[in-house]
Amino acid sequence: MTALTLAEKILAAHAGLDAVVPGQIVIAAVDVAIAQDGTGPLAIEQIEELGSARLKAPTCVFFIDHAAPAPRSELANAQKTIRAFCASSGATLSDVEMGVCHQRVAESYAKPGDLVIGADSHTCMAGALGAFATGMGSTDVAVGMASGQTWLRVPESFRIEVTGELQDGVEAKDLMLTLIGTLGADGATYKALEFGGPGIDALPMPGRLTLCNMSVEAGAKAGLMPSDDSTRAFLAALDREADWRPLAADPGASYERVVEVDAAAIVPTVSRPHAVDNTAPAAALKGTRVDQVLIGTCTNGRLEDLRAAARLRRGRRRAPHTRLIVTPASQAVARAAAAEGLFDVFWDAGAVVTNPGCGACVGIHEGILGDGEVCLSTANRNFHGRMGNPGAFIYLGSPATAAATAVAGEITDPRELL
Amino acid sequence: MTDEALRGRAWLFGDDISTDHIAPGRLFHLRTDLPQLARHVLEDARPEFAGEMRPGDFVVGGRNFGLGSSREHAPRIIKLAGAGAVLAQSFARIFFRNAINVGLPVLQCDTSGIGEQDELEVDLAGGEVRDLTTGAVIPFVPLPPVMVTILADGGLVAHVKMHGGFDLPEG
Repeated sequence: MTALTLAEKILAAHAGLDAVVPGQIVIAAVDVAIAQDGTGPLAIEQIEELGSARLKAPTCVFFIDHAAPAPRSELANAQKTIRAFCASSGATLSDVEMGVCHQRVAESYAKPGDLVIGADSHTCMAGALGAFATGMGSTDVAVGMASGQTWLRVPESFRIEVTGELQDGVEAKDLMLTLIGTLGADGATYKALEFGGPGIDALPMPGRLTLCNMSVEAGAKAGLMPSDDSTRAFLAALDREADWRPLAADPGASYERVVEVDAAAIVPTVSRPHAVDNTAPAAALKGTRVDQVLIGTCTNGRLEDLRAAARLRRGRRRAPHTRLIVTPASQAVARAAAAEGLFDVFWDAGAVVTNPGCGACVGIHEGILGDGEVCLSTANRNFHGRMGNPGAFIYLGSPATAAATAVAGEITDPRELL
Repeated sequence: MTDEALRGRAWLFGDDISTDHIAPGRLFHLRTDLPQLARHVLEDARPEFAGEMRPGDFVVGGRNFGLGSSREHAPRIIKLAGAGAVLAQSFARIFFRNAINVGLPVLQCDTSGIGEQDELEVDLAGGEVRDLTTGAVIPFVPLPPVMVTILADGGLVAHVKMHGGFDLPEG
């Protein structure tokens, strides 16, 4: 038997083959296909062009999360199209109150061993459950939904071998920003990033989701985690333990590159404008005045992220010149955070707590920046113009760094406030 | 792909042109009105481009062109604006795949010697870009067979309709 990487194993199973090799083109069966309100209307147009009587992918979901609820009539009309299509086609609708597609896919739809395709580049987040999950355009997803199949080039895999444990005040986000700084924004283009090692064994699911979410920021096609006891516990807490199965790469699988990361050596890290791989230690950016802090999004809007931010905020207010926006990733997260009293902590600190969704990250509403303004965000992208204004500047960091920055009014290493 | 050579001027865009440069989130509401969105194509990288480019002109990038979001609207509006092709040293994965699906030629080649407003001729069948201003002949990396098939069939939807499913070469 050929020893397979996690990506090869999942793709072979979905192509009905015993083994696949990097570079091979496979036609693979799709388990979960998703689109959102930005990419969904075009996907629907393409499905209609295909003239398919019914959708063949077992799970097709449309999420209204990017502009939720609609801030403009054009968007309200696009959302009407999505609702009508879901009603007529049988696709599942996740409407404006439910939250970001990637968080919802992890909570409710993806399971270990699945092939997940999505018309959103951060679809790769579902790889944290031991799935092969990848972002595509509307047309590819339309064909995937309608035919139940997609074509894929089997990627070469990079093994990201993590040893050691993160220090107090240092989060998975810091590890990922450091890794992207090392690989470069195109350092893993077309590759699968397979995470493993004792540092990953010790990392709970929320951190794993953050790592897989940002795999695309190094150009990767997918980021994958083994499915283990942490995966099982995550699914069990969602009443989905029956969806769990163990999954790992074969010993002796072949990797194009092995990157070793010592988690214990990672420090709070920030990406500077306008590139995710433009990284620096948070401490080195002390003195950078910040107008707005955004905590949340699919990257870092989970309960554990909000707890990490609240820990630093308790009893502290935001700096007078620094607005603070908190956007939970999903309704489930928001409900749990409210029950724990975390929203009170944020409100007391002077925050705006928004409805769950993509929020200010994509530059549509709920926190667009002014000319020359600086934002520190827990999101995954800081591209020029990303938050709705090409004249603004975006830094990326962890929830702890974001919370510390909101308190100090300038970029701050959270360990200063622990 | 057509056998005819494409001809137009080069518009240089540099490295790491993201889909936010091409089709920014602040214009999210125009995604269901592509002709309107196309009037803003690449606005956040070069505001004058959309107004001054002529049909057939080329978008010339550096490394990692099209990184970021999966929004297929990005290659669609470059095509709709009339650009003949995108030339770059390298492309981000999703953008590249989307471009082929919607029939926008994307050519990976050494763009470092191409000057702003150089007159270019792209010979898709011959696999080369001719810089008529400098006289340079620049070969481009041939598309993988799977993408040649999709392009030749007129895009992914046309391919699937034509064959009743996927009918792609394995290499």
